[in-house]
Amino acid sequence: MGNEFVQFSLTPMLIGTLAAVACALPGNFLLLRRQALIGDAISHVVLPGIVVAFLLTGAVAAIPMLLGAAGAAVVAVIVIEAIKRLGRIEPGAAMGVTFTSLFAGGVLLLEQSDTSSVHLDVEHALMGNLESLIWFKARGWGSLLDPVALAALPDELGRIAAVCALVIALTVLFWRPLKISTFDEGFAQAQGLPVGLIGFGLVGVAAVAAVAAFDAVGSIIVIAMFICPPAAARLMTNRLERQVGWSVVFAVASAVLGYVLAGYGPLWFGGQNAVSAAGMIAVVSGLILGLACLVGPHRARVGARGEAA
Amino acid sequence: MTDPVLTLAADHGLTRAAPAPGDSPLAIRGMTVSYGEKPAVFSVDATFPPHAMTAIIGPNGAGKSTMLKAALGVIPRLSGEVTVFGRPIGKARDRIAYVPQRASVDWDFPATVIDVVLMGLYRRVGLLKRLTGAHLAAARDCLDRVGMADFTDRQIGQLSGGQQQRVFLARALAQEADLYLLDEPFAGVDAATERAIIDVLKALKAEGRAVVCVHHDLATVARYFDHVFLINVRRIAEGPVATAFTAANLHATYGGRLATAHLDQLDLGLGGAS
Repeated sequence: MGNEFVQFSLTPMLIGTLAAVACALPGNFLLLRRQALIGDAISHVVLPGIVVAFLLTGAVAAIPMLLGAAGAAVVAVIVIEAIKRLGRIEPGAAMGVTFTSLFAGGVLLLEQSDTSSVHLDVEHALMGNLESLIWFKARGWGSLLDPVALAALPDELGRIAAVCALVIALTVLFWRPLKISTFDEGFAQAQGLPVGLIGFGLVGVAAVAAVAAFDAVGSIIVIAMFICPPAAARLMTNRLERQVGWSVVFAVASAVLGYVLAGYGPLWFGGQNAVSAAGMIAVVSGLILGLACLVGPHRARVGARGEAA
Repeated sequence: MTDPVLTLAADHGLTRAAPAPGDSPLAIRGMTVSYGEKPAVFSVDATFPPHAMTAIIGPNGAGKSTMLKAALGVIPRLSGEVTVFGRPIGKARDRIAYVPQRASVDWDFPATVIDVVLMGLYRRVGLLKRLTGAHLAAARDCLDRVGMADFTDRQIGQLSGGQQQRVFLARALAQEADLYLLDEPFAGVDAATERAIIDVLKALKAEGRAVVCVHHDLATVARYFDHVFLINVRRIAEGPVATAFTAANLHATYGGRLATAHLDQLDLGLGGAS
């Protein structure tokens, strides 16, 4: 059990967990700013960006993928503005149309291009390829101390670990400006805080997390990681500090529980094959949110705007 | 693509730009603000007096709040210069405390009363400086001054409107500013809160600080304030209540919207109807 677990389950579980935490942290602020769907938008735009970056460079590498995703985001903003102005269409609809079209374009591109050599195809793009991120060289827990085996860890693990560390560091460093400007933008601005830059930085960090999480959970399911853990956490407490703490707990729980259930759950019920880990992680995060709605101590009025508005 | 209104406003602003008096806590020169094509505030000059309480009054949509927000840079201005105690506003942020309209934030935000008051200390603690017992004691003292000491750990969504307004005022007190700018602090609050707020503001004035309120209730202008600034997109009048809060100026500001019967009940300054 031990050896098999380290070889086949440890790294995917770690990657899933780190991806979930990296998305949940900015998700807390996006949710409170009523911008949660920006996570959705980003995850959609990321796909064509990544595919184009792959077609241009021929490799699935972190930097070109990030640049591709950023480029796609810029294109999306320009297209949205153009549709709004030229088509005289309301902003929400313009965004919806743009993101869906870009995403669909990404799917078509992916289908037509030869990506058989790497883990990049439509199914993986949508749902991730967590199960394939295994640690071939591992021979049990002892491998954690073996430099040769450690060197053969999947690249994705290092990438998502770095992104997760970056997200945590930025959240800690900019905690106060984020909190103040999320609660009361006018007050923050009057104090001289660069609220535009803070908002832009938050979306930028969310984009980086979305691109990094692409490997783990795919571009559709990543939205669950942005919204479910923070939304469930909001129902557990009335303080932002604790909410963020709970969201990390829920993100980790979703990833670990989801992976285990996907891998072993079907066997318990006499099934033959495991189910998609990313899918199960999203389902578990949804179930946690459902449970929090039912029994969370502060479930009243979440999302409800105070009397006046 | 040149909009005649904007060009005019910009030119107007330039010609009006004169050095602001150094002792004025807030001086505005040639400020124009526009949402879309119609200016909300047009080429306004204002010089608010030190050691005084000033009310900004005018009808709905006259640009009262807009003027305050644009002066602070919360919304962009098309033209205009703003100085605070004689310095550009960007260099005087430490001396300003701003209390936005209560309805401008989401009170369901996960924060307690003390959390909100501590936000007023941001410019002193910065990004990473640890909050000490002294900071907490200062925040509690501010809550005590607005009569909210018993609500320190209450979630802000569980407060009444008046209590929320007092928490906002406590946050401004924590800033220890010299200029207090309040946007409709008495809107929708109970009588006890109104009393508590006006007592705190008068105490601030007694300490030599300047207070400027966007104010709605003409009936209390003479009792609460020393100065008035009347605005209806353009500046109508400005001065001590005794000379500027007159029937003629109110007519010029509110037009036909203010009935004569209403004017008779106001405690107007010299030259008024009463």
